[in-house]
Amino acid sequence: MSVIYVLLTISIIVAVGFFIAFIVAIRSGQFDDSYTPSVRMLFEDELIKEKSKKSILTKKD
Amino acid sequence: MDKHACFHCGLDASTANIVYDEKSFCCQGCKTVYQIFSENDLTCYYDLQNAPGATPKDIEGKYNFLENTKIIEQLLEFNDGATQIVSLYIPHIHCSSCIWILENLNKLNPSISASVVNFGKKTVRITFNAETLSLKNLVTLLSSIGYEPFISLDDYSVGKKHIDRSLIYKLGVAGFAFGNVMFLSFPEYFEVGEFWLEQFKPFFRWLMFAFSLPVVFYSSQDYFISAYKGLRSKILNIDVPIALGVSVLFIRSTVEIMFDIGSGFFDSLTGLIFFLLLGKFFQQKTYAFLSFERDYKSYFPIGITKITTEGKEESVQVYDIEKGDRLLIRNEELIPVDCILIKGQARIDYSFVTGESKTVSKQSGDKLFAGGKQLNGTIEVDVLKSVEQSYLTQLWSNDVFKKDKSLAFTNITNQISKRFTISILIIAVFATTFWLIVDSSKAINVFTSVLIIACPCALALAAPFTFGNVLRILGKKKFYLKNASVIEQLAKIDTIIFDKTGTITANKETSIAYEGISLSKDEEVLLKSTLRGSNHPLSRSLYHLLNEHNILTLDRYEEYLGKGIEAQYKQDSIKIGSAPFVGYTSETATLNTAVHISSNNTYKGKFTFYNAYRKGLSQLFNKLKQDYDLVILSGDNEGEKDNLTKLLPTKTKLLFNQKPEDKLEYIKYHQSEGAHVLMIGDGLNDAGALAQSHVGIAISENVNVFSPACDAILDASKFNELYHYIKASKSAINIIKWSFLLSFLYNCIGLYFAVTGQLEPVVAAILMPLSSISIVAFTTVATNNIPHLTSPKGRKRMPEDE
Repeated sequence: MSVIYVLLTISIIVAVGFFIAFIVAIRSGQFDDSYTPSVRMLFEDELIKEKSKKSILTKKD
Repeated sequence: MDKHACFHCGLDASTANIVYDEKSFCCQGCKTVYQIFSENDLTCYYDLQNAPGATPKDIEGKYNFLENTKIIEQLLEFNDGATQIVSLYIPHIHCSSCIWILENLNKLNPSISASVVNFGKKTVRITFNAETLSLKNLVTLLSSIGYEPFISLDDYSVGKKHIDRSLIYKLGVAGFAFGNVMFLSFPEYFEVGEFWLEQFKPFFRWLMFAFSLPVVFYSSQDYFISAYKGLRSKILNIDVPIALGVSVLFIRSTVEIMFDIGSGFFDSLTGLIFFLLLGKFFQQKTYAFLSFERDYKSYFPIGITKITTEGKEESVQVYDIEKGDRLLIRNEELIPVDCILIKGQARIDYSFVTGESKTVSKQSGDKLFAGGKQLNGTIEVDVLKSVEQSYLTQLWSNDVFKKDKSLAFTNITNQISKRFTISILIIAVFATTFWLIVDSSKAINVFTSVLIIACPCALALAAPFTFGNVLRILGKKKFYLKNASVIEQLAKIDTIIFDKTGTITANKETSIAYEGISLSKDEEVLLKSTLRGSNHPLSRSLYHLLNEHNILTLDRYEEYLGKGIEAQYKQDSIKIGSAPFVGYTSETATLNTAVHISSNNTYKGKFTFYNAYRKGLSQLFNKLKQDYDLVILSGDNEGEKDNLTKLLPTKTKLLFNQKPEDKLEYIKYHQSEGAHVLMIGDGLNDAGALAQSHVGIAISENVNVFSPACDAILDASKFNELYHYIKASKSAINIIKWSFLLSFLYNCIGLYFAVTGQLEPVVAAILMPLSSISIVAFTTVATNNIPHLTSPKGRKRMPEDE
């Protein structure tokens, strides 16, 4: 019988954990700007490409 | 990529002939930026987007005020001496390349440790080391790569901005509790008589109670506050029945689980609040890159150069300017106060103030008004009035700017809710009395059930979702509304007042007519070649009008500021400019701007500049005249009167020479006679009228740059669609009325269960989300199909208009 108490406690702890994560995310301003990060995440690839092809890049037009 | 487009900014580079690194550029400025980027390994900038840049402007001395520590202190977000953080608004931010370059600023200058772009707001937040890089140098660096920040007086007074995130917290709490309560009430729904579940019933119920506590006392507090405020001012707003429903739900559920009568309605309670907050959240569409609250402060500079009595230059804060001070106004700087021109040639652009794009030339001793922008080198002026007392800024001391328009009227939901609340209370009382007689044990049950089921969830959701969606659709069509109540106000409009210059006329386009002796081919070639060298706006317009000719290299070229241009090629000389300059004396005073031409000292004729009206103007007016009273209030002279009477429907009223205060008073007068006024304007001089009217729409050629305080901003390219937008607002009101009907239907079904005393928690738990979701679905589908915004007929009609 007590297993239900254990399970419930775990489930609530998990739920509250996510809830706290949500609050923290809001506080850090994650929801203030929903557009820029979507662009920013694409830059990493471009940087690597630029380094390897730098010499070619200046030649093409 | 086009060979002749500038590699940096995309402008035409064929005439400039600047080639560097096998790429063509339109000017040295663009080339320099490219050089900076290529030296610092930042050419990736050009991979992300073709020609993303802007030509850097000459800013010599413009940011001297950033040496003033008092001003710096106000601008910084964080400052501990060494590390400083500043957020700068950069209007040029427009593509992914911009984000990339601005977030890689540290490659250009190692003193910058971090920079984060907010694309929506067009801001960049820069952390830098103040010991090695001053704020002024940082701004200079940004300007040198074409990202000049816009620093205005507004930044000075606000200090640290506070972001209100309470709604999203409340929504999060409600959603969290709703999910968990649903999960815990599942066993109850199926009523399985299973032994273990029976054992845990009280525990589950108390857990649900615990989850609902933050929802009732935190998430829904706005409804209680609003209901209390409404009752105190004797208004039965929609929040009254909501607050009533929520409290009855909570109290009855608590009592039920306390005495083990039933499971309570915690699922419906949390769900209700979650849906309501979701509606609120949806309606709260904001345009981060637009501001509807701008006044003169958003355009005025923070600091200005003062010349002290010893003749030294010194940066002062504009609020510190006193009468009698001597100021130095540089090229492209805004004049912050009324003053008298002392030294230099002034050519003032008053487009911020009047919407009029033509510049005005002033001579020493002339009075200059605050809000004008100097376009022609450096001038010195003597201050006549301080900032707040200047002609333009005085307008803001009018009471109109202190009123909050949205508080002044009852919205459609609240109009319904009054009758709704009263009828619900009557039904509850009747049902309770009936049951008191028949079966008194059920009376209290029925009474609470009625209040619970009648809780106007669907009713309260109809308006937010309809308006929220219409707001979004209009936003996509470049009509940006401040908030949802503007749609309701727009639907009630019966009088439309237009400003003239910049509103019904296009700023950039003018139509030009030539009168006089026709020019020979040689003269035309000479004229065009001469105009090519001048940067005066009139010369530019005229230059683009003339046919293509071979460009001659002139033997002599001289520009006389404020007068005209003189040029010579071989034997031929030409004079272009004002009537006295070209030696034409019999000029009668005309009201329109004109450029006179003389060739070899004989007068030829003049080019007269007329306002070019926006496309589809007369069609728009003809459509509008059927339903609305139309008025044109212009600050200009009557020069265009004949033109306008020809163009517009005859019953349109035309009023000229209207000062900003006159416009405001005119609207006030009509409102006192019961008219619902829509004002459409563009300049700061319309700000009073825009604030006074029921709905003030600002027309803007570039929505990012300029618009006075208003209720809505309309992109100038969509001006001729105005009729459809107003009609769409009416359709939105009709959709809301239909969804009210739908939600009453649900209420009737619910009330049947309630008055007969059969309301089970399951019924409530099904009925409430079902009604809410179907209302949301109905309003979304209906608004997406508003004929004036979507129908192919409406779309197709537009090309014919032109």
